[in-house]
Amino acid sequence: MQDVEKIIKERAASLLKSGEAARVVGWKKGEFYFDPSPAAFESEEQLKDFVYNGFCGANLSKYLIEASKKPGKTAVFLKPCDTYSLNELVKEHRVKRENVIAIGIECGGKLDVEKIKDKGVFAVTSVTEEDGGKVKVSSLYGENEFDKKDVLLIKCFTCKGKTHVGVDETIVVNPVEEAPENRFAEVERLEAMTEEERFAFWKSELSKCIRCNACRNVCPACSCVKCVFDNPQSGVAAKANDDEFEEQLYHIIRAFHVAGRCTDCGECSRVCPQRIPLHLLNRKFIKDMNACYGEFQAGESAEGRTPLTDYTEKDVEPNNIFSAGVKK
Amino acid sequence: MQEVKEFTPKIVAFCCNWCSYAGADLAGSGRLSYPANVKIIRVPCSCRVNPMFILKAFQRGADGVILCGCHPGDCHYVTGNYYTRRRMAMLFDFLNYLGIEKERTRVEWVSAAEGARFSEVMNDFVKKITELGENRRITDLRVKEQ
Amino acid sequence: MQRIGVFICWCGSNIAATVDVKKVAEVIKAEPNVVYSADYQYMCSENGQQLLKNAIKEHNLTGVVIGSCSPRMHEATFRKAAAEAGLNPYMLEVANIREQCSWIHKDMEEATEKALILIRTAIAKVRLNSPLTEGESPVTKRALVIGGGIAGIQAALDIAEAGFEVDIVEKNATIGGRMAQLDKTFPTLDCSACILTPKMVDCAQSDKIDIISYSEVEEVKGFVGNFKVKIKKKARYVDEKKCTGCKICMSKCPSKKGLNEFNMNLNTRTAIYIPFAQAIPNVAVIDPEQCIKLKTGKCGICQKFCEAGAINYDMKDEFIDREYGAIVVATGYRPINIDAFNEYGYSDNADVITSLELERLMNAAGPTDGVLLRPSDKTHPKVITFIQCVGSRDVSGCGKPYCSKICCMYTAKHAMLIREKYPDTEVHVFYIDVRTPGKNYDEFYRRAVEQYGVDYIKGMVGKVFNENGKLMVQGSDLINGEQIVIPSDLVVLATAIEPEPSVRKIATLLTASIDTNNFLNESHPKLRPVESPTAGVYLAGVCQGPKDIPETVSQASACAAKVIGLLVKDKLKTNPCVAHVNEMMCNGCSQCANVCAYGAITYVDKEFRLGGGKTEVRRVSSVNPAVCQGCGACTVTCPSGAMDLSGFSTKQIMSEVEAICRK
Repeated sequence: MQDVEKIIKERAASLLKSGEAARVVGWKKGEFYFDPSPAAFESEEQLKDFVYNGFCGANLSKYLIEASKKPGKTAVFLKPCDTYSLNELVKEHRVKRENVIAIGIECGGKLDVEKIKDKGVFAVTSVTEEDGGKVKVSSLYGENEFDKKDVLLIKCFTCKGKTHVGVDETIVVNPVEEAPENRFAEVERLEAMTEEERFAFWKSELSKCIRCNACRNVCPACSCVKCVFDNPQSGVAAKANDDEFEEQLYHIIRAFHVAGRCTDCGECSRVCPQRIPLHLLNRKFIKDMNACYGEFQAGESAEGRTPLTDYTEKDVEPNNIFSAGVKK
Repeated sequence: MQEVKEFTPKIVAFCCNWCSYAGADLAGSGRLSYPANVKIIRVPCSCRVNPMFILKAFQRGADGVILCGCHPGDCHYVTGNYYTRRRMAMLFDFLNYLGIEKERTRVEWVSAAEGARFSEVMNDFVKKITELGENRRITDLRVKEQ
Repeated sequence: MQRIGVFICWCGSNIAATVDVKKVAEVIKAEPNVVYSADYQYMCSENGQQLLKNAIKEHNLTGVVIGSCSPRMHEATFRKAAAEAGLNPYMLEVANIREQCSWIHKDMEEATEKALILIRTAIAKVRLNSPLTEGESPVTKRALVIGGGIAGIQAALDIAEAGFEVDIVEKNATIGGRMAQLDKTFPTLDCSACILTPKMVDCAQSDKIDIISYSEVEEVKGFVGNFKVKIKKKARYVDEKKCTGCKICMSKCPSKKGLNEFNMNLNTRTAIYIPFAQAIPNVAVIDPEQCIKLKTGKCGICQKFCEAGAINYDMKDEFIDREYGAIVVATGYRPINIDAFNEYGYSDNADVITSLELERLMNAAGPTDGVLLRPSDKTHPKVITFIQCVGSRDVSGCGKPYCSKICCMYTAKHAMLIREKYPDTEVHVFYIDVRTPGKNYDEFYRRAVEQYGVDYIKGMVGKVFNENGKLMVQGSDLINGEQIVIPSDLVVLATAIEPEPSVRKIATLLTASIDTNNFLNESHPKLRPVESPTAGVYLAGVCQGPKDIPETVSQASACAAKVIGLLVKDKLKTNPCVAHVNEMMCNGCSQCANVCAYGAITYVDKEFRLGGGKTEVRRVSSVNPAVCQGCGACTVTCPSGAMDLSGFSTKQIMSEVEAICRK
């Protein structure tokens, strides 16, 4: 880990020094080892707080919407799955690609501090990768060893692969491709349930929502200048004294709005303070669109149509979708 | 305590102006009846129907929502109903994924000439929804557990 | 605060017999914003409209709801009346309480309750209506005709006659189309060229008509009244202005083995050629696939002999940009490919020919100078068998499901002409049905049978095979209930026709819709048969459906009338119920443009004030209201809700939903 961080930091420093980049978007040391946060660095001096460790799960692509409007170029470090989001944002003209230096970096899967906490380990001070898929977690209270897969972020179980798309350069890359797990397994499990059971599942999950908007704020597809839920003219946004339409249907509408544009980056679930498996909403759309309209990965290309802005004359009829969509 | 009252479902039907709304008019001039609980909203094209309208209907107590448009290939706006078809296919399966009975949502293509079919479709839809009973689920989805 | 007036129409007893109109008018008074309500026997009558106008004035109404028949019936009537009273017409909505209420329900209580809900729903919408104004767009006073067959020629002549400039874009080297290939025409048997070529000449001589031959439409932008068209003028290698049509080049050209398309490939032509004697423009063209000079660089004989100096081997494709107010599509047809019909042995036997090939064989300017000689051995056929419906009315998937419409008549014509010219020839016709609707058509067919003794056999042909130099036509005779075999010298297939395949590209360019058989769709099959659903685009001839010459000419003239009606206007009114974007919310993501069938959406970079003296340039969507047709596809695609549709706004529809669902 240390080495990788060093290489990335050096690249950041050289870009700033040469003036090629006016700023570098990366991760900044937080109060603790396990809470680095996205940040822009504008001088070599500021880079002293730059970190790259197992907790840098955050997808930095969305920050480029604002950063790419600023004068000068913005360099950004993107893990393989993050690059899809950048491509999608470029496709939607949200990021000015010509103002961005996109640098692909390795990712061996990022860690979920909540899972480590669940195992009774608090105040993590460092994590090192061990052989055999183990990680050594050091904390103020000593050292623990875990299977890495037990402390991975949910999104990393179904990694999209180790290939960067549409980057300008790659500096540290993963040597091997790992075959990801079937990312639709969980969706299939829900599909196999009865309507009653599914309803109960979602009712219990969605009722945890506190409408903090974290999912929306982190989502690279939710990049609207003004969200429909914040716009009283839309007939959707509701103030407390109006009705509960927004409250009740927020997640459904959000999932529909990002359908075909969601790259399955998993940030929504990562940031949800209530740990609602929000990615399972988006993944249902992805699964259905793949099954009905052909395999499609949002962000794989920076141009073209999404499945919902396209059609064929022989598309499946909505009334038949229940048999057509569920089966793959 | 509560008296058992016969359930009459609340049905919202979105009809495109050029085919299905005209088909509904034809059903009317042919005196081909269908239940009074079907209320039609006229839209220029089925592709004007935002999933939000359907969600709103359910949330406000509709028991079924049906969307009618020109037959694929016959859209007055050339391609509008092709987009409708994809959107609604995705939305319907998604709603079902959340536990909403699949019978509550439907898309039917009804041409301006198909007055009889319009009436048949509506009779059938109302019958299915009546069998299914009242819809309360979508309004429940985000209600906090006690 | 809206002041809404509600008017309940009895429609005589049509509504009043089932809906308690008095009660509805009374109850609705209590609705918020409703300041006036009335019921009346016939709202659409003069007096009913007067009632509406008076109420608008007296009660200062800002919005009106009429509970009556379908808005498809009288919305325009009521909106016009409202406008006359000074109310913006788009502040009026119609609640359909006849077709969708009184006519389909019997129980008065039930129907009255439903009528109330429908009217409340309309009130909910009207509360959110805003005044809309029709836009205006200018009209370019020039028309484009795509296709220079009889349809295109007639349309162009009629448009030019009215004083408007018109361009004919023809993909071949000459105008004339299929009609130029025909020998005689039914039911009068006058010579096709004799009636067509004067019209071709009229086109060439008209100072209003520009014939752009050997050219194709490459790109169409814009909208009704304002089309911007890019035309590709293919390299002809002959300067049209210099060529005198003397044909010396043709006599000298050493490359003589090109198939003569005009004669249905029945003979050959030179690499440099004029398609036929009466070609317009009467200018040569070089086939680059065949020309020795263009292929190898060696030759150049035609250039040497051309006294006019018209030959230019370096000619390149050129592009012409023109603007038009209206477009007529007249792309015509071709016979279908019948290679797949093994039973007729077309590909194996030279003496099995199509009807269009027969036209050329019988034409004085054709490969045999009009002497009917069969292709294989150039002898007179003594027994000729015609087979009708080859590929027409064929649901096997091999042919076309539709009736090609012209074959019954031209087969009767062929049979008659042959019997007249060569009375010693035996002529048999296998048919499924003989379809002869048309003025003097059935009389014509009966003459073929009764006067000319053509042997009509009701039945289908199973097989045509060659036996000792005779073509054995094996078929069923349904009337006599037997299988028969007719040894023939020549077999003529009445081949189905299909739209010229280039129409697909043109349909895409024009966003004109096309049916499963590649025929262009008309706006309404009965009431708007010459208009395409795309405003400003009109359809003439077989591109819209199979038809014969008189029908084609009628449709072409109808198109011309429509075009003239459009071009005489200085401004066009545009539908105000179109999409519009809230730029403050637009992401510029391009999704809306992807689903727009009309190309009405473009993007512009626009500067926005951010506050604190800062500005930001953002890409935002922009809708051309003259192009937008108001379907609303974009509004649903837009995730931020920046795109909305006037007259059917998101808030309006949401409030309608709420009103219907209200307990």
